[in-house]
This record gives sequence, C-alpha cells and structure tokens, in this order.
Amino acid sequence: MSEEKKNYDSEVSENNQYSLNDDRRVKVLSPGALVRQRFFRNRIAVVGLVILIAMFLFSFVGGMISPYKEDQLFYRIDMQDKAYAAVTENKEYRYTALDTSKFTSIVQAQSFLAISKQAEEFEYRGVTYQLVKEGTDFYSVWQDNQIIGIAYKDIISTVSPDTKLSFDFEYAALKAYTHEASAEDEEGKDYSQFVVDGENYRIDEDGNILKGNEPFAYVSKYIVRPSMSDVFLTQNFKDELLESIEKNETDFYFTDTDGVNHEYTLAYDAKTQSWAVNQLTETRVYDTYSSPSKTHWLGTDRNGMDMMTRLMYGGRVSLVIGFIVEIIALVLGVILGGISGYFGKWVDMLIMRIVDVFYCIPSMPIIIILGATMDAMHVDPQVRMIYLMLILGFLGWPSIARLVRGQILSLREQEFMTATEATGLSVRRRILQHLVPNVIPQLIVSATMGIGGTIITEATLSFLGLGVKFPFASWGNIINDVNNTYVLTTYWFIWIPAGLLLLLTVLAYNLVGDGLRDAFDPRMKR
Amino acid sequence: MRKGYDDPSAFFMNDSMHDFDCIGEYNRNDVLKEKEGIAVRKYIIKRILISIALLFLVAFIIYVLMRSLPTSYIETIAREKSMQPGSKSYEEWMAQLSASYGMDKGIVAGYISWLGNAFRGNFGDSWFYTVPVLQRFREVVPVSFVMGLIAFVLELLIAIPLGIIAATKQYSRTDYTISIVALAGISLPTFFFASLLKLVFSVKLGWFDLFGLVGRNYEQLSTMGKLLDKAHHLVLPIVTLVVISIGGLMRYTRTNMLEVMNADYIRTARAKGLDENKVIYHHAFRNTLIPLVTMIGGSLPGLFSGALITETLYAINGIGYTSYNAMVSGDIPFSMFYLVFMALLTLAGNLISDILYAVVDPRVRIA
Repeated sequence: MSEEKKNYDSEVSENNQYSLNDDRRVKVLSPGALVRQRFFRNRIAVVGLVILIAMFLFSFVGGMISPYKEDQLFYRIDMQDKAYAAVTENKEYRYTALDTSKFTSIVQAQSFLAISKQAEEFEYRGVTYQLVKEGTDFYSVWQDNQIIGIAYKDIISTVSPDTKLSFDFEYAALKAYTHEASAEDEEGKDYSQFVVDGENYRIDEDGNILKGNEPFAYVSKYIVRPSMSDVFLTQNFKDELLESIEKNETDFYFTDTDGVNHEYTLAYDAKTQSWAVNQLTETRVYDTYSSPSKTHWLGTDRNGMDMMTRLMYGGRVSLVIGFIVEIIALVLGVILGGISGYFGKWVDMLIMRIVDVFYCIPSMPIIIILGATMDAMHVDPQVRMIYLMLILGFLGWPSIARLVRGQILSLREQEFMTATEATGLSVRRRILQHLVPNVIPQLIVSATMGIGGTIITEATLSFLGLGVKFPFASWGNIINDVNNTYVLTTYWFIWIPAGLLLLLTVLAYNLVGDGLRDAFDPRMKR
Repeated sequence: MRKGYDDPSAFFMNDSMHDFDCIGEYNRNDVLKEKEGIAVRKYIIKRILISIALLFLVAFIIYVLMRSLPTSYIETIAREKSMQPGSKSYEEWMAQLSASYGMDKGIVAGYISWLGNAFRGNFGDSWFYTVPVLQRFREVVPVSFVMGLIAFVLELLIAIPLGIIAATKQYSRTDYTISIVALAGISLPTFFFASLLKLVFSVKLGWFDLFGLVGRNYEQLSTMGKLLDKAHHLVLPIVTLVVISIGGLMRYTRTNMLEVMNADYIRTARAKGLDENKVIYHHAFRNTLIPLVTMIGGSLPGLFSGALITETLYAINGIGYTSYNAMVSGDIPFSMFYLVFMALLTLAGNLISDILYAVVDPRVRIA
C-alpha cells in the first residue's frame, strides 16, 4: 500500500515536470540574451571586460578628474652651484696705455720681448722706444721722452665701485708699490707716499692705498672677477677669499656688511690656473623624473609633466586609435569582402588578388618608412596622428575582407539564402538583412582581437618615435624614454606603468575576443 | 591562419582503406597515384606562376610608393648627403638617384629599368652604408638567420607539446593556465618585454650586455671565444623572440588539435577501446601534424627576414636592424631591396605551405 502511494507521488511529480503551467515553462531567451549569458558565464572573459572598462574609465574619466593638464609642466626649486666669481693669479704682464694710438698692442708685444731680454730700449718700425724698469715687474715705456704706457703684473682695484682710476694714479701707485729698496734711494724719502693731482696717497705693505686715512684702492697679484657684470666684489670679500685660497680650503664663508652669511665652494681648475668660486643658489627648474609622491602619484616624466595624467591621456590616444583604425579596416573590409563574396566571378577574382597583394606588402617596414618621411617633412603631430590611423586602417582591411568573403561564400549556399531569393527580396535587402547579420559575430570577434593588435602596432611605432609624437602622449611614446639607458636603470616609474597598462589592455581585448567567440558559437568552443 | 580541412569522414575512409589498398588492388592504386601526381604538379606550377605574377605586382607597388614619396624628401636626402664632408655634390646625388631609379622616366619605364637592374643582381649602392646593397645584405643576414632559426626551433619544442597538453586536458586548470600564458605572450609588446629583460638580466643581475652582438674585448678572443661571445649576446634577443611568438603557435596547435579531437574518427578510435595515449599520440597528433607541417614550412623563408623590432631593441646587426637604420635615414636603395625581399619571403612562405598542404594532406589532392 505504502509502495503504491509512493508510486503515485512520483507519477504526480513527473506530471508536474511535463506540465505547461507558467511556472514550469522553460524560459525562452533571445539569441542575443543567450550569447550574453554564455559570455558572462566565462569568468576569464569577464575579467577581460572588467579590465577594459577600467582602462576606459582610467583614460577618459581619469583625464577629466585629474587636477593636471596633459602638457602641464611642473617646476621645482633646486639648489644649483652657479659660478659666482673666478680668481686667477696674474702671471703675465698687463699693459695700460696713456695714449692708445702710440702704445698699440704690437708695441705692447714688442715691449714684452724687450722686458724678457732685459733691454733698455727697442725699435719697431723705425721708432725707438725706451723701456724703464720702475720696480719689481713694473716697467714704463717711453717714446720721445714721453711716457706712453706701462707694463705691470700687480693689479689695482678700487674700494668703491664708482671710482675710476687715472693713468697717472696707476703709474704712481704701482711705482710706490713695486719700489725696490736700493742704494740709490734718496735718504729720508718715503717711497710709500705719492701725490697725484694734488692729492696725497700712502701705500702700506699689504698693498692698501689710503687717501688721507680713508682706504681708496689696493694692489694685489690676484685678479678676482665676478661672473656677473652687475656684481661688485668688495675688498673685504676679496681679501677673505684670497686667504681661504691660500689655506687651500674648499669652502668659503663670507658675512657681508648687512650681516648675511653666504656660502661658497672653491675649486681649482688646473687647466685655466684659476679658482672657481661657486655659490649655491636657488634655481627654478623643470621637475623632471621626480619620484612618485603625493602630488605626483607616478612621478614626473622627462619634461616635468605628471606621469599619471600623461598615462590617462596616452590611454585615450591608444584606445581611440585602436578603435578608429579598426573601424576604417572594418568598413573597407566588409564592403570589399561582401562585394567579392556575393558577386563572385571576376569581381571576386580581382578583389582577392588585391587582397593577396596586400598580404605580401610588408606592412611594418612600410609604416616605418612613411613615419620617417613624415619626420623629414616635419608633419604637424596632430595631422600625423590622422595619417597614422589612415595608414594602419588601410593596411588592415585585407584580412577582414577575406573573412567576410569566406563567410558569405558558405552562407550563400545555405537554404535560408535560397529562401530569400525565392521570396523575391531585393539584393540590397538580402545582403544587408540576411547575409551581414550572419557575418557579424565573426566580425566582432576579429575586430576585438584586431584592436588589441593595432594598439600594439601603434605603441611599437610610437616607441620607435615614428608614431604619435610629443606633445601628444601615447602609451608607446611614454615608454620611448626607456631608450635612454639611464632611465631604464633608474626610473622604473617612467616606463613600467605604461607597459603594464598596454599589456593589460591588449590582453583584455584578446580575452574578451576569445570569450565572444565562444559565446557566439558554442559549437566551436575550444 | 589556415583552418584545417574539415571533412573527417573522408579521411576516416581513406585511413581505414589504406591497408586494403596496399594488399588487394595494387594496380588501381598505382593509376590513382599517377593521376594524383599530375594534379599536384599542375597545382604547384599554377601556384608558382601566380606567385611570380604577384611578386612583380608587389614590387611595382613598392616602387610606386617609393617614387611617390614627396620629392622634397628625396631632395632633402640628396641635400643632406651632399652636405656631408667629402661627399658628392647635390646635383650628383640627384643625378645618381634619377639614374638608379629612372626618376627621369615615367613610372612604368622606371620600374622596368629598376627591374632590369635587379635581375642582374644590381640593387644599387646603399646611401646609408655606402656599399652595394647586396654586399651589406650578405654581411648581415647570417646573424638574423641563426637567431631566427634557434628561436624557431625553441618555439616549436616548447609550444607544440604545451598546445597538445592544453588540448587533451581541455577546460582543466592546466588548459586555462596555458591559454592565458599564450594570450599574455601574444599581448606582450616586444619593446616592453625586452626592456624588462634588460632591466632584470642586464642591469640588476649583470649577466648580459645591454646592446650589441659582440662584447668589448671581442677582438682579443680566440675563435671559439668569439663564437661564445656572440652566443652570449644572442641569449636575450632569442628569449624575447621565443616568448613573443610562442603564444600564437601554442594557440594554433591547441586549436588544430581540438579540431582533430572532435572528429568522428577519434570517437571511433575511442569506441573501439583504444588506449587513450594511442588515440592522442597515434591518431590525433598525426593529423594535427598536417596544419603544423604546412605552417612550419610556410615559416621557413621568414627565418631570413630578421626580427625588425627585436634586433633594433638589442642593436643586433642583423637584416632587421640594418634595414631599420636604412629606412629611418631614408636610404631608398636599401629600403627598396628590403621591401621586395620581404615580399618575396612572404610569397615563398605561402607557396611552400600551399604545396606542403597539397602534398601532406591527401584529401586536398583528391578534392
């Protein structure tokens, strides 16, 4: 009895299974929904889709959110050693002329020869010049008992920047400074005193020249020249500097009259026999290759632009170029492949031979040559980008044409096409409404994978410097910097993020393409 | 990518009838073979003729392209060349250009004159390398070939077994891993991967040089040392080539293997209780070899084409890097030669794979 009951129960449940009540009815899905369902069941493809969406958000929305612009430059304050002054020890004769027309540079050279020969007079072009030794390394040159110039090694500098020294003063001062004590010296005469233009001057042993009791000028063997013409170096500065140099110090500190401390570094250059005095100064420079920080998450590039922002805009270029190229290739390929497949005969023959020719043309070298040509012609970067897309698109259509043709050839023979012919549909309608929709799945799959390939091609070209050009960013030309070995070894943040984005994007396109193929045609699933 | 011939039943018949043919109807088989031979020969001759015609057409297109590069560009190049110390004058460069490419003639006449020179093996003097194009080509092509050959053999050794494993264990974790790795290899931009390799192995580990084919002390080495030095410098480029192209080959093997595995004769083999290993390696793999052999045959000419990007990245003086430099510097004679050479290689590859396809796969012959 109980067994019978069981049997009855199972019969009821079996009947329920076959009933056509609403809750029992099999859910009917449209082909599109089926494809979608199969696609979303494929976990790897969904991962690819998520990556793609993330990339698009990063590039298009990120570019809008980013506080910086694509080509905004950043600066930083840098402490740089700037040449402040140079110190040389004067070892050569210098000349000052009273009358430049007479004491010409040739005469100066002749007087130098005479000095080295220790002659008392010399002749040049029939004119006799007298050479008088006035003191240590100090000579005066005379012509017709008139002094025309002096040759000396010690240099006189004034204390205040406004003073101009007359020839007479220099002559008298140097004479006093270089005076050698000898037996001929007049008794009781103080050679350190001299008078010029009615003013009394006195020179001390350190070479300081006092006007009355005020310091007026000083004599030194060293020449201290400021690097900038508007800087006047005080005697105090020079004295302390020379002291440091004599002590062979490399750092030099100076407190000016306002009590401000300055720091300088000293470096001796054996080639020019001079000391370079460098001052650390604040300079505003481009913030190049700065490490990742709060303000620049991925640092800055070689031009001082924010890397993160460049990546976003570069993503726009890379993604958009992929799309446009693929659209150009699709339009050309579908039209030509469709015509070829549908009409057959000589049209097919002709178009397929064109396709064969295109297959044989080595595309990468052609693109490189065209890129180099555009380089040579200095094509505007924006126009160049358009050319690049046209070229890539034009070289990409043959494979699509072949695919479309093959599909149409096999579809043409199927019953539903015979039915369309039998029902008397127009050619146009037969192609557009019955053939093309059946080709579309394959087209979508090949286009999805094609975009990935295009992005790699564009990136490779930009990497070689033949694709997208500065100021536009593209993932390829961002990595381009890695050609500089120093960047390769030191600044990972310049090229690794761009490379990873590129890799992820292309991988995602391929994953989605794979997933779509499986979803469109479950029989071919592999 | 060529799809495998998709009519398993025909093949099954052929396969099972094979023994029977050999023993019983010897004569009929002989006649059939003769007919087949004629058909194949006809097919091959037709393909060769088409390829030659295509080559002329492609060379013509390349010639037109080179001719229609804006003249100002050619003039610029001639001017630049003439500015170099000790160079010929601008007019002479222009005259040489016109002479070697028949620039003064019309496009068709110019093409014919170029073709005439090319047939005599005269491709002109390279502007960039200032030696005859062919001489330069002979100097650099061995490196490219050796590099390509080693990489290709490695690819085959790695990709084919992995592809087969992935196909036999479809939907397993191994399959997914192999598929994703293959896709990653396809998606990996060459220059990025090469940079990564350089960073890790040249900079961080210091195992290899960053650039070049020979080391600094190359001249001091013995013959064996020189060979080893070159081999050492080729390691990274070959690794790059292998990793970049392994994905495609792996997928190709897997796809074709799966196609075979879904065939009826495999089901039959299983149904009659054959060992799974025998099914896979005896029945399935042998049939997968058809597309593989045609593909491999078709790739052989490509070994001479060099690796444009990889050689450039590692500054290996092969045909790829040499022609990259020539192309970038506007060396028209060398570029022209290189482009035609590449087209020739592509055509040869297609021809070989078509012929192999007809030879290897009996179904094509009968059809």
